[in-house]
Amino acid sequence: MTTALPSLESFGYILPELILGGGAILLFILAAAGGRKAGWHALFAWIGAFSTILAFAALMWSTSKGSCTSPESIFDGLVACDPMAVFFRALVLIAALSAIWLSVGSPSVPKGRRAEYYGLLLVMSMGMCFLASANNLLMIFVAMESVSLCSYLLVGFDSSKYRSTEGGLKYVLFGGVASAIMLFGMSLLFGLYGSLSLQGLNAAITSGSAILGDPAGRWAAWIAVTFIIAGFGFKIAAVPFHQWCPDAYEGAPTPFTALLSVAPKAAGFAILLRFSWGLFAQPGTLDATIASSSIPWMVIIGVISALTMTLGNLVAIVQNNLKRLLAYSSIAHAGYILMGVVAGGQDGFEGVALYLAVYVLMNMGAFAVVSAVDRAIGSEDIKDYSGLGKRAPLLALVMVIFLVSLTGLPPTAGFVGKLYLFSALLAKGGTWFYLLAVVGIINSVISLFYYARVMKAMYLESPTGATTHVGSLNSAGALATILAIPTLLLGIFWQPLAVLATWSVSFFH
Amino acid sequence: MTEITQIVEPIVNVGLNHFLVVAAVLFTLGIVCVLTRKNAVAVMIGIELMLNAAGLNMIAFSRFGGEGVEGPMFTLFLIVLAAAEAVVALALVIALHRRLRTIDVDRADELRG
Repeated sequence: MTTALPSLESFGYILPELILGGGAILLFILAAAGGRKAGWHALFAWIGAFSTILAFAALMWSTSKGSCTSPESIFDGLVACDPMAVFFRALVLIAALSAIWLSVGSPSVPKGRRAEYYGLLLVMSMGMCFLASANNLLMIFVAMESVSLCSYLLVGFDSSKYRSTEGGLKYVLFGGVASAIMLFGMSLLFGLYGSLSLQGLNAAITSGSAILGDPAGRWAAWIAVTFIIAGFGFKIAAVPFHQWCPDAYEGAPTPFTALLSVAPKAAGFAILLRFSWGLFAQPGTLDATIASSSIPWMVIIGVISALTMTLGNLVAIVQNNLKRLLAYSSIAHAGYILMGVVAGGQDGFEGVALYLAVYVLMNMGAFAVVSAVDRAIGSEDIKDYSGLGKRAPLLALVMVIFLVSLTGLPPTAGFVGKLYLFSALLAKGGTWFYLLAVVGIINSVISLFYYARVMKAMYLESPTGATTHVGSLNSAGALATILAIPTLLLGIFWQPLAVLATWSVSFFH
Repeated sequence: MTEITQIVEPIVNVGLNHFLVVAAVLFTLGIVCVLTRKNAVAVMIGIELMLNAAGLNMIAFSRFGGEGVEGPMFTLFLIVLAAAEAVVALALVIALHRRLRTIDVDRADELRG
């Protein structure tokens, strides 16, 4: 890591965040200046979409100019700017743009409060961008709270629907507890090692300081690390911090559910990788064996991984609401991705980055289909999807692509993602790693069961009376179709994405 | 005279451990409050206790641990963000009250499964 840049010179490195923040402020001002007028919706959506596109362009432009292509430390070490930050920020921005697309014309977003809605989406995206590049416990906390606070509000945004309020309230109470637990862990870690920056903590831990030799100190360190994992686990919806997930997903406006299911997960995994590597690996390597022998980091994550995928898949089987089913499926996917974190090393991290990119495409796509059907018939029940193959052939076909990809079958991108995760785990070679891989494979088989149930409803069951008509393809359906193309293509030509994923974690050497 | 000093001294010379014990007790009380209360505002009070335990830890560590303003800085951010979180949570509690005429979280059970 090069020496940290002081604050003023650092602003050039956070152009995407500045653009998102600026767009949000503009939207909030417009909201105060009469944003409830009916004719302004399109303007708000354009400001939101334009800020996201501009932020993405700024990210690409600054990366092509060579900034952040090698690890740099900015804002006096608070924020890291490196390929991993670029990769995950790009994922977040793509997800945010898709969510704004889905929100346009969606009936589940209240008409009079569109400006605040898009503004909060932009602030949340900004928080996720910072979370993907946070390099200091304080920065992790602030970025995570700015994501959380916006998501609480957006889940409870549709105050005309009781479910939205209830989902939001449950989310904010769980979230408050999780972040308080994480903060207590951070305060203990700060006390033990006297630093808030990941580099400072790493130096103190890997130098084999006396703290871990002392039983009381070791206990304190374990508690601190476990508590901090609780905070990250909440963001990625890992067991046992997942209870908010189905309620928040079901209650939230569907376009926001789409964003909530992918982007915070990507940012949460980015910070989990950065934290696990930044804290426990020997400087300049990915070898975390020394530190993990004293703090059982990998064991904790491994157990969480197995529990998360098993619970997510088993509970998903009995769901009748498609949004809820996808919520449990997203919990299961967090479990799969955690396998990559357990495997660690270049392969494991590459697998995590690649799987998250694929996951953003396929899960966003599945929710786009849900959004399209919801807009046409106002229902998310699986039984209302019966006969969709006849009522809306293209939409049903696209949904099948996403479901096959979520199951992890070829020739879709999901298969490639799973392939990388499992091969990273198997390459580690050890009884426990093999056991985790077996659990993962059994879970993939279980997941086929409930994904197939949706496909069966769409193609083998005849349409029910009241909801026969789905109509022509709306804009949400169009987005789903667009997202289906890379989901299929990446299943055949995944090399470009694999190269990007490798690049994103290559600086760890 | 010496006996009195012996009794008073550990009370006057409050050290790091005293603060840590108080923080741990606060945190535990917060957890218990969150787990046992059904009133949404009481749950928020529990969360607030846990957050303040973390803040107290930070301040105590930086006071007794040595150099830098990192600890107090962290606590300042913590106070501000805790306030922001309370605002958001209260807004949702009020929305719930408008609908259900109660803030008992157990009554908010339409979403389940």
